[in-house]
Amino acid sequence: MTLLMDPSSEELEYGMDNPVLPFLRKDRIPHIWCPGCGIGTSLNSFCRALADSGMDMDQIAIVSGIGCTGRTAGYLNLDSFHTTHGRAIPFATGLKLANPNLKVVVYSGDGDLTAIGGNHFMHAARRNMDLMVVCVNNFTYGMTGGQVAPTTPLGPTQTTMPYGNFENGFNLPFLADACGAVYVARWTVYHVRQLAKAMKEGLQKKGFVFIEVMAPCPTLYSRRNRLGDGVDQVKYYKERSQIKNGAETKDVGLTFQGDIVVGKFVDRERPTWLDSMNEHFGKVLGDKFQTYGG
Amino acid sequence: MHADPKGVLTGVHFIDGDHAACEGALAAGCRFVAGYPITPSTEIVERFAARIPKVGGVFIQMEDELAASIAIQGAAWGGKKVMNVTSGPGLSLMMEHLGYAFITETPCVWIDVQRCGPSTGVPTGPAQHDMMQVKWGSHGDFQIIALCPNSPQECFDLTVRAFNLTETWRVPVFLMMDEVVGHMTERVDIPRPEDIEVVERKWTNKRPGEYQVYGTTPEDLVPEMTKAGDGHRIHVTGLTHNEKGYPDMSVPNQERMLGRLIGKIQQNADQLVDVREDRTEDADVVVVSYGITSRVAMAAIEQARAKGVKVGSARLVIAWPFPAKRMQELARTAKVFVVPEMNMGQMVQEVERAVAGVAKVVSVPHAGGSVHDVETILSAIMEASR
Repeated sequence: MTLLMDPSSEELEYGMDNPVLPFLRKDRIPHIWCPGCGIGTSLNSFCRALADSGMDMDQIAIVSGIGCTGRTAGYLNLDSFHTTHGRAIPFATGLKLANPNLKVVVYSGDGDLTAIGGNHFMHAARRNMDLMVVCVNNFTYGMTGGQVAPTTPLGPTQTTMPYGNFENGFNLPFLADACGAVYVARWTVYHVRQLAKAMKEGLQKKGFVFIEVMAPCPTLYSRRNRLGDGVDQVKYYKERSQIKNGAETKDVGLTFQGDIVVGKFVDRERPTWLDSMNEHFGKVLGDKFQTYGG
Repeated sequence: MHADPKGVLTGVHFIDGDHAACEGALAAGCRFVAGYPITPSTEIVERFAARIPKVGGVFIQMEDELAASIAIQGAAWGGKKVMNVTSGPGLSLMMEHLGYAFITETPCVWIDVQRCGPSTGVPTGPAQHDMMQVKWGSHGDFQIIALCPNSPQECFDLTVRAFNLTETWRVPVFLMMDEVVGHMTERVDIPRPEDIEVVERKWTNKRPGEYQVYGTTPEDLVPEMTKAGDGHRIHVTGLTHNEKGYPDMSVPNQERMLGRLIGKIQQNADQLVDVREDRTEDADVVVVSYGITSRVAMAAIEQARAKGVKVGSARLVIAWPFPAKRMQELARTAKVFVVPEMNMGQMVQEVERAVAGVAKVVSVPHAGGSVHDVETILSAIMEASR
């Protein structure tokens, strides 16, 4: 860990053949995430997906909201935008529509994307906006100190649920599926290879892609609920996860330290917002319309 | 450079201010609007939605104002000229993103067709209730530029100018209309494209690796811009940042960054102010007004002049930055300033601050819902002249 603090020892630090190195902003290391946090692991998978995709990195942009996962944008060597709380998706929508050649990835936390950003999440999926949305779900508001999130399962305590959470949590794959996402998957940070593969598929898929990544927050969620450290949570993911590709999303809800259904749940085709716009205007306006972004 | 002919509806039109503002945006090169409908601004986005497929751009009706006000900023970083259109309550919802546009120096035009507040107020009634909201509504210190048209023709002309200003200075620029200006129908002359000056974004010529997204010099406080996809691998954040765009929340950097952002407007305020004056040379009484109120004020000034009162008009075409220096100069000869506004007294406070102790300042408030009666302003002028 100490080597990470010394940017002059780059070779020792990363190893010259480290495949994720080209995708990181080395001058931004060390990062702000706590020991045992799962965000960095998810980012590693994302970098491997970038490498495997063979895509032009100048044509990929990343947009984050606020919070621990919201800092992701700052560490990736891509055009990156750290926006306002909950509004990464509408920012990304504008970016995508202004420059349709870009692959725009939204990478943020569960609170950001599905509480304050819940409305935008639903509508972007409904419109089939061509975005890949990665949601790092650690069941809590990390940066503000461990408050209840819309994904917190029934039972665990949070600083704003000191007697245990009594609110029903979102089943995010079910929500994304119901709103019209064309690709929906869930993996944990134990499943780094499957996660990287899903992210690669997501990068190459056209339309609203949603990938949920279960990740530990040892500092707040785990400590408060006596769940051990990051490794203990990864062990839990390993022991209680069941891979069920194609599972009905209504059946994949999460409970406190209960079974976890992971896999690719949805993979379908639907015209994107831009495709629909171009097709519709082409039909009703004829020669007066020039295909946009084509 | 000149306007792209594709967006310019050259000719004489009989249209309202909302439609004229839309045409101004198209002439200025605006090719992306994300809107959320709100009275009395909606006609602007409705016209944009109808026109844009034929001009090569995008309109999207977003799910709410928060989405609209940040989607335009994404589109600006995607390379488009962008506009945001709303009214008072919608603007209240957008305030965080006003701050984001300022700190990230995202060029964007905001049209606020003002209605009566507070809250839902009188949705269909005119007011000038947002003059302080645009100046102070977002948290932290920030600067905007605000223009105040008083006719549909000016809705066209000043919208073009608003785009040119936002591209030049990279701060959000407001067009402060009101319901009357938005809905009144008058003759609007739209010039030929070659007669419309359009400012292009200050794109960088620097190569990847050399370019810093917020790199500036003391002489030029406005950084060069790039867009996503151009290979510069930029980072943009609402956090206090350094020249590379990276977060640097140290106290010295906060002072340096905010100092430059505020400074680029404050240091150039003299070239930004625009006060249209009429008979102020010999005036004992100066009526300071803006927007539709200036037209009512002008009628009152004519009548007062006919009664022998030495009264002149100073109309704020640009309200922010406030022309404090010009007000101080006027205060050397004028004894009283009369400030009619369709609010309970907002910009009058700026006049008071500028001329404090030198001249008397009289507020002529109006709660909104209609414009002032000429008689109200006239009697204020007559009273002030005694």
